[in-house]
Amino acid sequence: MAGPMADDPTPEFGLDYAPAPESTAVVHLADEYGLFIGGEFVEPRSGRTFDTINPATEDRLATVAEGDSADVDRAVAAARTAFEKHWSDTPGTVRARYLYRIARQLQERSREFAVLETMDGGKPIRESRDVDLPLVAAHFFHHAGWADKLEHAFPNRNVAPHGVVGQIVPWNFPMLMAAWKLAPALACGNTVVLKPAETTPLTALLLAEVLQDVGLPPGVVNIVTGAGDTGAALVEHPDVDKLAFTGSTGVGKQIQRSAAIRRLPLTLELGGKAANVVFEDAAIDQAIEGVINGIFFNQGHVCCAGSRLLVQESIAGDFIERLKARMTRLRVGDPLDKNTDVGAINSAGQLARITALVASGVDEGAVLHQAPCDLPDRGFWFAPSVFTEVQQSHRVAREEIFGPVLAVQTFRTPDEAVEKANNSPYGLSAGIWTEKGSKILWMAERLRAGVIWANTFNKFDPASPFGGYKESGFGREGGLQGLGAYVRDAGANA
Amino acid sequence: MNAPTYTPIRTTSVDQVALEARAAELGSRSIKTSSKRAALHLAIRCIDLTTLEGADTPGKVASLCRKAVRPDATDPAIPHVAAVCVYPEMVAYAAAAVAGSGVAVASVAGAFPSGLSDLDVRTDDIRSAVADGADEIDIVLNRSAFLSGDLSKVHDEVAASKEACGDAHLKVILETGELGGYEPVRRASMLAMAAGADFIKTSTGKIPRAATPAMALCMAEAIREHAHQTGRAVGFKAAGGIRTAKQAWHYLVLMGETLGPEWLTPDLFRLGASSLLNDILLQLAKLDSGRYSGPDYVTID
Repeated sequence: MAGPMADDPTPEFGLDYAPAPESTAVVHLADEYGLFIGGEFVEPRSGRTFDTINPATEDRLATVAEGDSADVDRAVAAARTAFEKHWSDTPGTVRARYLYRIARQLQERSREFAVLETMDGGKPIRESRDVDLPLVAAHFFHHAGWADKLEHAFPNRNVAPHGVVGQIVPWNFPMLMAAWKLAPALACGNTVVLKPAETTPLTALLLAEVLQDVGLPPGVVNIVTGAGDTGAALVEHPDVDKLAFTGSTGVGKQIQRSAAIRRLPLTLELGGKAANVVFEDAAIDQAIEGVINGIFFNQGHVCCAGSRLLVQESIAGDFIERLKARMTRLRVGDPLDKNTDVGAINSAGQLARITALVASGVDEGAVLHQAPCDLPDRGFWFAPSVFTEVQQSHRVAREEIFGPVLAVQTFRTPDEAVEKANNSPYGLSAGIWTEKGSKILWMAERLRAGVIWANTFNKFDPASPFGGYKESGFGREGGLQGLGAYVRDAGANA
Repeated sequence: MNAPTYTPIRTTSVDQVALEARAAELGSRSIKTSSKRAALHLAIRCIDLTTLEGADTPGKVASLCRKAVRPDATDPAIPHVAAVCVYPEMVAYAAAAVAGSGVAVASVAGAFPSGLSDLDVRTDDIRSAVADGADEIDIVLNRSAFLSGDLSKVHDEVAASKEACGDAHLKVILETGELGGYEPVRRASMLAMAAGADFIKTSTGKIPRAATPAMALCMAEAIREHAHQTGRAVGFKAAGGIRTAKQAWHYLVLMGETLGPEWLTPDLFRLGASSLLNDILLQLAKLDSGRYSGPDYVTID
């Protein structure tokens, strides 16, 4: 056969895509941000600020106010005033209108939000652009639809909003988690004090601009930036009527203690150690993609990440070999590059935690494989990693790593798969890979996980409730169940 | 029925939703101008420039062959295509026209596009095309036998065709649009490779449902599995409905990310097309001039 000519002048073409960075020109950052209280940005009474950086470069992005208990007090008071004076009486049709406006504005400014989310958090632009922001808009649209239909959502009940809701969101999906919390709260007629995560406050502050633009009445949403102490001040505040928290199990437990003393309604969405269960009769190539997506999506900074792979022993050797081959094709690097699959670790602290847990895995005898990749010199990076020879007693099989690290174990029978999958203090999500529908249903009945995906992973929808069992928390977000967390029974019909 | 003559094939099922999602994801890879020229040149080097019309004449084939050897007379840096692809009657003319240029002659053969003639007739067709100078033979899989479950017959016919090819390379067209989904395509791919195909190819171009990126991914995954099981690298040819440089680029990405950069060569990857070459030439001109001119600035051959 005639091949290419030996003296072909064309340079060899590989898949070294030239960098295709998303432009940051769409983002106009202020140098300093105050707290968003009563519809405007105000100086913090604390007088304290902190810098937020780009974890991919360690460059400072902006200086952000650090709210203390006096600031939280002011925010809660603003929310209380807004609730008492008008928001609790605002008809559902009007609340819906605000939510629709927010959703549309977020769609229009979606690129700007996506780029900023990537700059502040390190996640690949492909994800913030194609996953986070579309879902954010979808959550506002979905809940706009509920706002004037609460009597249909909760038939034969006379429901009322709680009042002032305190919401604390994590750094892994800053905007998306804010949307999950704000949209149902506002749809049901609550006012909100939101605390974004310390390392990723910027998109929430950009959201404050949107709230101003759509004319949301002052005080309905207040945003107090800060770290753990700020969050604690919000949790402890006596005039908060309901708390919602997404974050670590450790902090969740402290919050539950505080809420329990005051009998405060509470929803917690905490950690996870999800099992992705692959049977020998699965569509293997798609299962590989699903396992990759399950653990390396958002650098594994996902509470529902499929961080444990349980693969049937009969196909384990072949499957792991294919998995390693697939990992060599992951593109790790500049999160703003549209071709990047795996971005930067969110913070130095998280990188240290991942590094320590991976070291423990090596110490305990698991075998570590890392994707060959050149990591940038600056910023926080961790190569996509897989542990094989993992035993159920290893820390890497028990503890949430919250990073791009997969622990592979094998099972022999469906019963053993269920036993191993459930043998965890967590119970947030699980994945089942088989072409046999009856096996999917059999497994789903037995897995103790709030979300179970079959032949897919990490799929979200505002209509679908999300939440966990056991130490993964309680309460649901999304769907009717999620909406229900933001109303109380108001007793006899008014 | 005779006992199976092929070794039963180990393969996996295919999940449609996830497969299509992955193919779409690979379609969103972006490429900057600096790598674009190399990508477009590679695409040209992988083209089987095709004319498969009942109205083909020696004159038409001569025109096509000139274009294949020298796609752009004004720019000698632009490489020639991999092959011209014609009907058996046209092979001798094509072979004469491309002789010494490095462009191969490919011929469809074996009762293309249905494949439903007596096997002896089909293998004679192949031998005759090879004798006339075909370097590569594109046959169709016997869909009738495949869909009626006679996999041994499918296998044996491909093996017989391979034997008839002699030194010529054998491409087996699955006609994916007639097989009824991804799973049968995966099985047909494995079967054709087990029977000795050097390339597996999506479509004849004669039915509306032609190549899609998801179908290409499905077949590429089969090729990966075959290579994994046997160590033999089988090529992939996408054909039918590929008209734009952007589509060609999508297929290159898909092959590279699924099978590895070693598949990005004319020895293992082909694009069967007729109008694609002109769009690539226009895109190359745009790299230099900044403008996408129009159809009158490339030759219609």
